Amino acid sequence: MVIVPPSIDLAAVGPELILTGAASLLLLVGVFLKEQSRFLNPWIALLGVILAAGCASSSLFPHTTFQGMYAADLFTRFFKLLFLLGTGMTILISIKYTADEQIEHAEYYALLLFATIGMMLMAAASDLVTVFLGIETLSLSLYVLAGYTRTRLVSNEASLKYFLLGGFATGFLLYGIALIYGSTGHTNLAKIAYAVSHGNLNTGLLTIGALLLLVGLGFKVAAVPFHQWTPDVYQGAPIPVTAFMSAGPKAAVLAVMIRVFEQSIAFMNVDWTVWITILAILTMTVGNIAALVQSDAKRMLAFSSISHAGYAMVGMAAASREGSSAVLYYMLVYTFMNIGAFGILALVARQNEQRTAMRDFTGFAYKNPALAFIMTILVFSLAGIPPMAGFMAKFYIFMSAIKAGQNFLVLAAVLNSAIGIYYYLRFAIYMYMKEDEAPSTLPPLRASLGLILALVISLYGVIRLGVLPAEYLDFAGKALLTF
Amino acid sequence: MDMPVPLHHYLILSGILFSVGVVGVLTRRNAIVVYMCIELMLNSVNLTLIAFSRQLGDLNGQLFTFMVMAVAAAEAAVGLGIIIALFRNRQSVDVDDVNLLKG
Repeated sequence: MVIVPPSIDLAAVGPELILTGAASLLLLVGVFLKEQSRFLNPWIALLGVILAAGCASSSLFPHTTFQGMYAADLFTRFFKLLFLLGTGMTILISIKYTADEQIEHAEYYALLLFATIGMMLMAAASDLVTVFLGIETLSLSLYVLAGYTRTRLVSNEASLKYFLLGGFATGFLLYGIALIYGSTGHTNLAKIAYAVSHGNLNTGLLTIGALLLLVGLGFKVAAVPFHQWTPDVYQGAPIPVTAFMSAGPKAAVLAVMIRVFEQSIAFMNVDWTVWITILAILTMTVGNIAALVQSDAKRMLAFSSISHAGYAMVGMAAASREGSSAVLYYMLVYTFMNIGAFGILALVARQNEQRTAMRDFTGFAYKNPALAFIMTILVFSLAGIPPMAGFMAKFYIFMSAIKAGQNFLVLAAVLNSAIGIYYYLRFAIYMYMKEDEAPSTLPPLRASLGLILALVISLYGVIRLGVLPAEYLDFAGKALLTF
Repeated sequence: MDMPVPLHHYLILSGILFSVGVVGVLTRRNAIVVYMCIELMLNSVNLTLIAFSRQLGDLNGQLFTFMVMAVAAAEAAVGLGIIIALFRNRQSVDVDDVNLLKG
């Protein structure tokens, strides 16, 4: 008998390997170095992220590897760079936060890197097994990160809720995968597509499987009606972790949805765009209306991040290459602007996150004009006001949906954008138009080096992608070609 | 492949187990019992996968089961850690007591 060694293409998983190395190094450093050297941790993590980004942007020949379980294509590369951007910015805004809260352990940064590895596996998954492993690598890290400030009760609570509902969602996801496997005989997306379009299958079983899979993924991307955990978890988790969770992991789940639905389920006899359309409308509307009535800025941003996932799903409902590339572009823009906004929130919240209410932004523009101006640009972008990138991102999403004939969906999305402008502008109103009644006794706020770096990246993204989007759009469009 | 017990028996059993798990998660109040119900859901999936694997004569389903088991073990470590952290702070693992954040 001849045993053929499996082909293992380590170059394709280079960024993952580098991050694994950096995270392991961090864990060792955490054990062997003294407490005074803890300030090194974020920089080691950041170095890992930069090296991984360098590795991810090196040239590649699109192919699938690891017996068809891992797709090393431009789509994967786009998402890898997006995740590394999100992780890098999160690390930058975490430096001061973790020092203030005395949680600057190596494990915090190691978990961020492990979560990033999970997201990368998700984006690269061309097999449902890889999807599952990626989601779990991500989720297990996030459960811990959400509860990282473990003496704070709200953080505990966020972590427990996230863990129980996340585990519940995993059950649905797995049952869906099991039924799809049972009806097609495969877990590989390309083979499922082939079986679906050529075979005489039990379509009932397959449809139930696909629906359960959608429920599981809907939980992870916080689509309404599977969103109940989101506001609580986002509000309870440490602010940098909330920033992290709202950008990268959502993009990762959307990447999985694009791959699974457009590559495999698309060949089924059911119109899956109807499912996505319903989810998108519910997600946008409920997220926005709930955000309207919040008085806590952190909770408001949590609800608004639900609605942003809804906008992205509008692009998915277009079910075209253009729609999908608009989703990619949207998530990139969202990563740039949202993490920056959370960075400023982390500064305003002060120690132990005591001051996260909207009214804590009162008079911010008089004390910190530069930061208030940056915050204004970021919230304008989140609201979708030109010339910021948030506008262009929404524009391409809506365009693709109109071309696909989804006029009603676009109408709902535009109405929702209008609601969004109302509550995002409340930041500007509090910062510029209200003054403190009593003179504050709190020490003045000073932006740390990490926050300044993160804001520079954020501003660059928001303005560059808003004014000159062509290059990045092209990148997002090409990502879909090799898919 | 020839099976002494036909496929649909396994599927019905795993469907029942999955439903018991779902109902348990939605109705039980003790965090550890909720977690046990989640494990029940995962195990019903394992049963489904193995039944299909036998039916199709394809080993991938059984391999997937190992993945699920490995992940469930990791999840147990993390989950019990979270529950212990909660217990230290409030001397209770009742999910109804976990209500600082209004959902």
